Amino acid sequence: MRYSAFRVLQEALRGHKGWRPLWRDPEPQAAYDTVIVGGGGHGLATAYYLANTFKQSRIAVLEKGWLGSGNIGRNTTIIRSNYLLPGNEPFYEFSMKLWENLEQEFNFNAMVSQRGVVNLFHTDGQRDAYRRRGNAAILAGADAELLERDALRAMIPFLNFDNARFPVKGGLLQRRGGTARHDGVAWGYARGADRAGVDLIQNCEVTGFRIENGTVKGVETSRGFIGAKKVGVAVAGSTSRVMAQAGMGQLPIESHVLQAFVSEGLKPTIPGVITFGAGHFYISQSDKGGLVFGGDIDGYNSYAQRGNLPTVEDVAEGGMAVMPMIGRARLLRMWGGIMDMSMDGSPIIDRTPIDGLYLNSGWCYGGFKATPASGYAFAHLLATDRPHETAGAYRLDRFQRGTVIDEKGAGAQPNLH
Amino acid sequence: MLIPHPLLGLRDAQEFSYLGDASLLLRPDGMAENAAETFFPYVYLRENPAGLHRELWFHEQGDRSWLVVTRNTVTHEILGAELAGDVVARNRASRDGGDLA
Repeated sequence: MRYSAFRVLQEALRGHKGWRPLWRDPEPQAAYDTVIVGGGGHGLATAYYLANTFKQSRIAVLEKGWLGSGNIGRNTTIIRSNYLLPGNEPFYEFSMKLWENLEQEFNFNAMVSQRGVVNLFHTDGQRDAYRRRGNAAILAGADAELLERDALRAMIPFLNFDNARFPVKGGLLQRRGGTARHDGVAWGYARGADRAGVDLIQNCEVTGFRIENGTVKGVETSRGFIGAKKVGVAVAGSTSRVMAQAGMGQLPIESHVLQAFVSEGLKPTIPGVITFGAGHFYISQSDKGGLVFGGDIDGYNSYAQRGNLPTVEDVAEGGMAVMPMIGRARLLRMWGGIMDMSMDGSPIIDRTPIDGLYLNSGWCYGGFKATPASGYAFAHLLATDRPHETAGAYRLDRFQRGTVIDEKGAGAQPNLH
Repeated sequence: MLIPHPLLGLRDAQEFSYLGDASLLLRPDGMAENAAETFFPYVYLRENPAGLHRELWFHEQGDRSWLVVTRNTVTHEILGAELAGDVVARNRASRDGGDLA
């Protein structure tokens, strides 16, 4: 389907009866070469790159609900690549480069907007830590600028610079960071995958795996058995539930709920993405004008896609501490999503001990920015059986080998990452 | 969420801090020959159930006791709480029976 201003006008005059679905709704075939479990951002991106970049065929994506019905449809849409550790930073920078070319790649408006991400610091120690993080990012080919207080004030004058407890001393700015239209990302990948011949099968829940002699043969689903030579699982918060069906119920993963919020629409006021360094609060403004913000996960294991009020209060307090001007904006919506919190706060893209079964998980609450690289690296692994060069550290067995990638240094406690 | 503290009655979950799966009470013997093998799953692997979950909460803003709380992770309903010390004592009594926390 082609979009143009003329087409929009034409359809407006015809009562919008000419629009067609962007992808087919196929019946599942008896067998595929590769089955991706999970039709979210990462699963769809995987199918897209598998078919388009790695030229694989006979691919299906199985989704228990509708495409993009999980965390890709309920996040705060921030993209950035300002990580610290060598296992992470090249991967996220690779993801940023894919973001920068995403719309040209799949010819769909994902509204990638590099409006800048600034992480505020409030103490001298935090300035040093951010300087180090910025240098690590630059070493990996990303961009980073350390802004002192005056430069920051010129850019974002409305911050509470003289907060008695958390004075703003400056910020680490990544100009290439920003936001993207989360649903557009899923739709663009879905359409691109569908056009390349991938079967996107919705309302098809995986209920079991058929494993013979340690090799996966296919998946049992709510729409019958589907054979597969390779199965890739990318199901975020449902990882433990799905993998338990393959006998891998014990994983370095806990599922936690993260809440996010949108205010009523306001005139343009927040120039990019701003994160509060003393608490945990991050905010941007959508193109419709709503303030999109969030904070910490609730902190206890949860599969409920809703959180509790104490976290709402905590997020609101963080927002009021850093920019009191938003205090009179009314909250329009809030929601919760289930995060696959890993034991070191970093993801897993790896084979499993079962031949032909691959796992993509552990994204914690940073999975959105990773969507393109996650899909690319997972497709690389599924197609070649070798990890992508930027994802070599994301091994499932790194916990046993003691090579964890712990950005925060919080240890094996997922609710602290 | 309100946690039914066995000594103090219903208390707001905000008074507590959360640690995780109550299997952390079953700490392996660090001096054993196979300590590295037993500590890996103890430290890193979790059941992560959707449904009933037995988990450790610390009454940090209260009497500073550790509780084992039984909670449904799908609905957030709390079904009960007991002192972690009682659970440990029960585990010790039936260690050979293999009773889990």
